[in-house]
Amino acid sequence: MKQEYIITVFSEDHIGLLSRITIIFTRRKINIDSLTVSASAIPGIFKFTIVINETSDRVQKVVAQLEKVVDVIKAYFNTNAEMIFQEIALYKVPIEELFESDKIEKIVRNSGARILEITREYVVIEKTGHTRETQQLFDELNIFGVTQFNRSGRVAITRSSIEKLSEFLKERDSLLEQVD
Amino acid sequence: MATKRVSGSQAVILSLLEEEVDTIFGYPGGAIMPIYDALYDFDQQVTHYLTRHEQGAIHAAEGYASVTGKAGVCFATSGPGATNLITGLADALIDSIPLVCITGQVASPLLGTDAFQESDVVSITLPVTKWNYQVTSAEEIPEAIAKAFHIANSGRPGPVLLDISKDAQFGLFDFEYKKCTKIRSYLPEYPVDPFQVKAAADIINEAKKPLILFGHGVILGHAEEELREFIEKTGIPAAWTLLGLSALPSDHPLNVGMLGMHGNYGPNIKTNEADVIIAVGMRFDDRVTGKVAAYARQAKVIHLEIDPAEINKIIKAEVPVLGSAKKSLRMLIGNVNQNSHEAWLQEFRDCDKIEYEKVISHDIHPKKVGLTMGEVIRIASEKTNNEAVLVTDVGQHQMIASRYFKFSKTRSNVTSGGLGTMGYALPASMGAKIGQPNRVVFAVAGDGGFQMTIQELGTIAQYGLDIKIIVLNNNFLGMVRQWQQLFFEKRYSFTEMKNPDFVGIAKAYGLASQKVTSRDQLEDAVQAMIDHQGPYVLEVVVEKEDNVFPMVPTGASVSDILLEP
Repeated sequence: MKQEYIITVFSEDHIGLLSRITIIFTRRKINIDSLTVSASAIPGIFKFTIVINETSDRVQKVVAQLEKVVDVIKAYFNTNAEMIFQEIALYKVPIEELFESDKIEKIVRNSGARILEITREYVVIEKTGHTRETQQLFDELNIFGVTQFNRSGRVAITRSSIEKLSEFLKERDSLLEQVD
Repeated sequence: MATKRVSGSQAVILSLLEEEVDTIFGYPGGAIMPIYDALYDFDQQVTHYLTRHEQGAIHAAEGYASVTGKAGVCFATSGPGATNLITGLADALIDSIPLVCITGQVASPLLGTDAFQESDVVSITLPVTKWNYQVTSAEEIPEAIAKAFHIANSGRPGPVLLDISKDAQFGLFDFEYKKCTKIRSYLPEYPVDPFQVKAAADIINEAKKPLILFGHGVILGHAEEELREFIEKTGIPAAWTLLGLSALPSDHPLNVGMLGMHGNYGPNIKTNEADVIIAVGMRFDDRVTGKVAAYARQAKVIHLEIDPAEINKIIKAEVPVLGSAKKSLRMLIGNVNQNSHEAWLQEFRDCDKIEYEKVISHDIHPKKVGLTMGEVIRIASEKTNNEAVLVTDVGQHQMIASRYFKFSKTRSNVTSGGLGTMGYALPASMGAKIGQPNRVVFAVAGDGGFQMTIQELGTIAQYGLDIKIIVLNNNFLGMVRQWQQLFFEKRYSFTEMKNPDFVGIAKAYGLASQKVTSRDQLEDAVQAMIDHQGPYVLEVVVEKEDNVFPMVPTGASVSDILLEP
């Protein structure tokens, strides 16, 4: 059965690595629902957060292939339940709507969104949450006409108390010594 | 080490020398000219072979790597030179052949400007390399080359590519070389886990009908001796994949033959009867397994494998043993009991008898008028005391040659297994001959594949490479025709070929040659070819519509292997 998985890939910071990672999905005709590339907590190590909708068997095989990439240090996969995750969305709405009634103000308050910028022409609203939540806000605001909308890729952190990668790196060092 | 001021191009050659490279295959062009210019001063240390096409160069490098175990090195220029390497890279990746390919690239300020002979080689080669990297400054060259060799050779080997811009080739810097032995993000192999070995040994010691399936990993991991000891101690019959061929001598009493679609009857049937399967350095390719859902469901599978991604990829392993075949087998030998499985082995011999009567005897000792591929292969093998190197192309002749050529030494079988690259044999045989100059090297090709890279006869002639080329000519793309006959109602859609006079072509290249059309000429012709000093093209006109059997039809189980149509 397919479900949403969050794949976290830790890698060296090398040009071209993003392509090398994404072609692993392309080759198997797996759609990437969301992709975020950022620094990790460890200096020099980059982190790709990739969301796909797949079966457990396929996600395991993809992760094994990701780990074969020479510049990839380690790849993990988790279900949504195993991670804390967020996305950020920005909405641009014409300013008149804000002045004409308090509806937008109420929507913003109730959804825990915030107003980022107000100009003579428009207001920009920011909302952080899960896709469902940022989508819901979009639907509510769109009654007044959202002129621009952008949602980020997912950022995610595990629920475990230790950083698994730090443990992994220690272990890897000792494995590299043993193979000599 | 003292540093010395050199150009990037000189650094390329000096780095290759540090990696003990003495053989390069390649083809020059604009963007790699500085490297070729540097090469000009090193003719005492390095021999460069100019092929007739970059595909020829990379297949030659593969052939060289296959017989020597050293990474093959190949040069090409930017743009079309580099794109002509793609087939070879894909071939080497799927067959785990270590290659270091160096391509020239336009000067770095021109990158992305659609400059003359610019192509995005790093992106194009991403899916067909184990690792690749673009070098745009001379200073990066030694480290990049050191890394390239480490990655190509270690763990599960594979092709790597370095794309070096022309300005990096010209740049001057202080050269210093340090071999690469460790990369943080890359663990070439896992240390073998003794608990897994023990778990595997317990199953093996209890097994009643165990079967070993060994593949390329045994040869790549230099584990031939360990494999032999392991099977001799346990008395377990051992069957090989196409690329495992020659890891165990053909006449070893426990060698029960070839797996897969056109493999032997016994090992295919018995795969679905074995209680324990011990897979060593093989990856359960679909040509080996047939229908996966009906493959060895009754067996406990032990999988000795260096690449973690292969574990459970196709066939679930009850006990995976990660690590090199050599170390895993060595530890396993220490944990298994001395044993024999005489009755079980007899079942394989009984299968052999059936296969011999139904198939083999007709293939290698035919009574009919037309020549068979099988008899040509048998004669070539016999006349070289089963000691030659066999390089095959792809198709019917490849299956026939793999079935009937006999081997006494490892690294003697060179073929395109995973990718099935027609046109492979002729260029690969050049590398094989250069890597094993004192052995007889046969290149066996069909009329189709031979013509895909036939221009390499020019390279063979130029360097006098003493290769015994056998063209098995049925004027058909035989394997496709066989499938058309069996599965497409004999609708021979574009498989018949009108061929040139191969003897005439050989002659035009100045090569000795002969054409054989009847059985009474065959033995003498093969002998004459072997006795001839220098390259030789032997064209043998074989039966037009012979088929390769046994056969596991696509989608069928290995136990449904057919001995006849």
